[in-house]
Amino acid sequence: MAEVISLCDLHRGQTGVIAAIAAGGEMGRRIRDMGLTPGVEVTCLGRAPLNDPLALRVMGFTLALRNREAGYIRVTA
Amino acid sequence: MTTPPHSASGPRQAIALAGNPNSGKTTAFNRYTGARQHVGNYPGVTVEKKSGTAHVDGCEVTLMDLPGMYSLSSYSPEETAARQALVTERPGAVIDVVNAGVLERNLYLTVQLREMGVPVVIALNMMDEARAQGLRIDAQRLEELTGIRAVPAVARTGEGLEETLRAALDLAEKTGGRAAPLQISYGPDLDAALNEMTPVVEQAGLFTDTYPARWTALKFLECDEEVLRSAQAAAPEIAARLRRTVDKTTAHLRSTVGVDPEAVAADYRYGWIRSLLRQGVLDVADERKNRIDFSDKVDLVLTHRFAGPLFLLAVLYGMYYLTIEVGDYPLSLVEQGFAWLASTADEMLPAGPLKSLIISGIIAGVGGVLGFVPLIMIMFMLIAILEDSGYMARAAYMMDRIFRIFGLHGASIMPYIIAGGIAGGCAVPGVMATRTLRSPRERLATMLTLPFMVCGAKIPVFLLFVSIFFEKHKALTMFMFTLAGWAVALLAALFMRSTLIRGEASPFVMELPPYRWPTVSGVLIHTWERAWQYIKKAGTIILAISVLIWAAMTYPGLPDDREAFYEAQRSLLEERLAAVAPAGAAEDAKKDDAAGRQDTVPVTPPDKTAGDAKSADGAGVPEDAAERIQEQIAELDNAKSAEALRSSYAGRLGTAMESVTSPAGFDWRVNIALIGGIAAKEVVISTLGTAYALGEVEDDNTSGLEHYIRADKSWTMPKVMAMLLFTLLYSPCFVTLTVIKQESGKWRWLFFSFFFNLGLAYCAAVAANQLLSRF
Repeated sequence: MAEVISLCDLHRGQTGVIAAIAAGGEMGRRIRDMGLTPGVEVTCLGRAPLNDPLALRVMGFTLALRNREAGYIRVTA
Repeated sequence: MTTPPHSASGPRQAIALAGNPNSGKTTAFNRYTGARQHVGNYPGVTVEKKSGTAHVDGCEVTLMDLPGMYSLSSYSPEETAARQALVTERPGAVIDVVNAGVLERNLYLTVQLREMGVPVVIALNMMDEARAQGLRIDAQRLEELTGIRAVPAVARTGEGLEETLRAALDLAEKTGGRAAPLQISYGPDLDAALNEMTPVVEQAGLFTDTYPARWTALKFLECDEEVLRSAQAAAPEIAARLRRTVDKTTAHLRSTVGVDPEAVAADYRYGWIRSLLRQGVLDVADERKNRIDFSDKVDLVLTHRFAGPLFLLAVLYGMYYLTIEVGDYPLSLVEQGFAWLASTADEMLPAGPLKSLIISGIIAGVGGVLGFVPLIMIMFMLIAILEDSGYMARAAYMMDRIFRIFGLHGASIMPYIIAGGIAGGCAVPGVMATRTLRSPRERLATMLTLPFMVCGAKIPVFLLFVSIFFEKHKALTMFMFTLAGWAVALLAALFMRSTLIRGEASPFVMELPPYRWPTVSGVLIHTWERAWQYIKKAGTIILAISVLIWAAMTYPGLPDDREAFYEAQRSLLEERLAAVAPAGAAEDAKKDDAAGRQDTVPVTPPDKTAGDAKSADGAGVPEDAAERIQEQIAELDNAKSAEALRSSYAGRLGTAMESVTSPAGFDWRVNIALIGGIAAKEVVISTLGTAYALGEVEDDNTSGLEHYIRADKSWTMPKVMAMLLFTLLYSPCFVTLTVIKQESGKWRWLFFSFFFNLGLAYCAAVAANQLLSRF
């Protein structure tokens, strides 16, 4: 059951594979510098107490990013 | 006897350390250099530049610690500075410290270093942790596939570090600091463009003596601002020609795959790394996937919806408690040391302006600053522990949502707290702590608003007035002022972020490093480094300012006729004293006289002398009279110093400013006290004391001043509120201002901070005084 959703909609413990990243400029570069590129597997670890930012497990490390940034990233889950 | 390949003859070799944040680069650097470090700044930016000396096989090596970075693009000041350093300082080779547990992402920087043609040796750090996580890394295979020497290492224990350095030196010897750049494929579109552009760059000789031609072409495709700018300046025609190819390629890629060349290049880099790892470099044991590691378990509690914020509060309170309560002991030791120094100087030096300069100017001024050093060291030590353990990143993660509303960043929380967010901090280390913020706009907004917090030096002022005018609700009132500080800081940040430092919120993309025990040496080196910078910079500046303030409050002194008047009055009283008191007390009075000339620094409180007289004599009636006369002498001396203060330059300024400050209800006394407070907020109370003719008032012994303020009927509630609001908000002290200049890199922000805060404080004070007077 593979569907493409926004990274923000990944719920806790769910894993997805990055399909596309729609961010350019500084934000795009920052996201890519941290290893988020198409084909990479990400798992949602949870959210901060106020629901934003969210914590991800990517390639063996933990990454926090805001919902706003996550909104640019689409994953196949 | 053979000489080692890298013998001590010839110039000293320089090696650079590069690596991702949290890769253990700093630990490795500390291991290599120990305390032999030099900390400075890269020219024009506030990125810390560290270098040190390492020893291997009996020869000395200069080690440069490049700032921690994830890539070599030029978006952040760290990345730009690192790239500049690689080009201008030309280290013989770079040791790339790589976190073996996150190999894929860490190698991204390695690839970029090699693309630039920098000779690299990889230190595969944290191999022990990687093994424990079930990762098997074949360093030999990595070397075979990439041609880059890779040495397994554990920086914490020093394992493998010597071998790495030796390998780097060999490489430096062999390559002379420049190796053939790594060439990988970036896909058909980009490769075609590169093939077209590289000869153009080569023929024009564009940056070819610093960068490989293909790299320059690639940076054009990636729209690297720095390269584009300097190319435009150096060779506008060539730049235009290259840009045409870039535009064509970009348009093509956008229409076919919908992304920019920059993204394509990154994808191909990662693709290259992944295929490398799959060819037998990295082997992941099956259990890793399902294994919840230690950090995740801890995070379940420490970033839990309810437990997380509570724990954060406890940590913050604990820091505050440790710094203020524990820091009090060394603080009072240092203060006692300076008090001893002052009294020694008092005994040794002849009375006169020099003595006054040394005691009230230099010792009081510099002592006031150095008194903060123990406090600052404790604070920095705790921050270093929080940073090195990985908790700081969690605090930023949890608070980000709130701080974002005001245009700040989650990581703004620590500087705010340190500056006095829980009352009792200090803005100076607070400003320095903004270095942990990687986004320049948020960093500047944090730096400029944190002086609104109730720092430790403002507290005595609040305590004095609160204990007089809010006797019944002391704690509550203090708390309300702390909250007011927060509210103003956050709102001011919002204001600045929507006007002066306007701009998109920087993306919050932050690594949450695994929890680790901080190393003792790491924490100590960190602490000392920052404390020393504070001592050095603040120490020299505060010295100059103290002398200036002292001079403004001492000169031009009383006019001759007034001086003569006080002299006459005094000798009159002394004669009367001699008449009623026995010889011993008169002697004491003489001594007191010598001290009395020292206008602002009386050595023996008058009542003590009186007490001595009592015990020496024991008779009834003359003793009372003597005591009264002693008191009169003391009062006379105080009146004299108050008049001297009023006629000093500072006093005249205070009087002249009454026309401006009267809407806020401030008279000349308050004016000078507040002017003095710009040097250091501690000065407000002592100056107010002098102005109220009390001689010196100690911060913690304000009962005398309290009495005078109670007696002065001009202190109405509106005036008190105006005074307190003004103290809370007005210009940061000089040390803070200098540190703001130093950290922001621009004089502009020093002046802005001074005038903006002053203006805001004035408006708040006038509003409070005027509005409250209506009721």
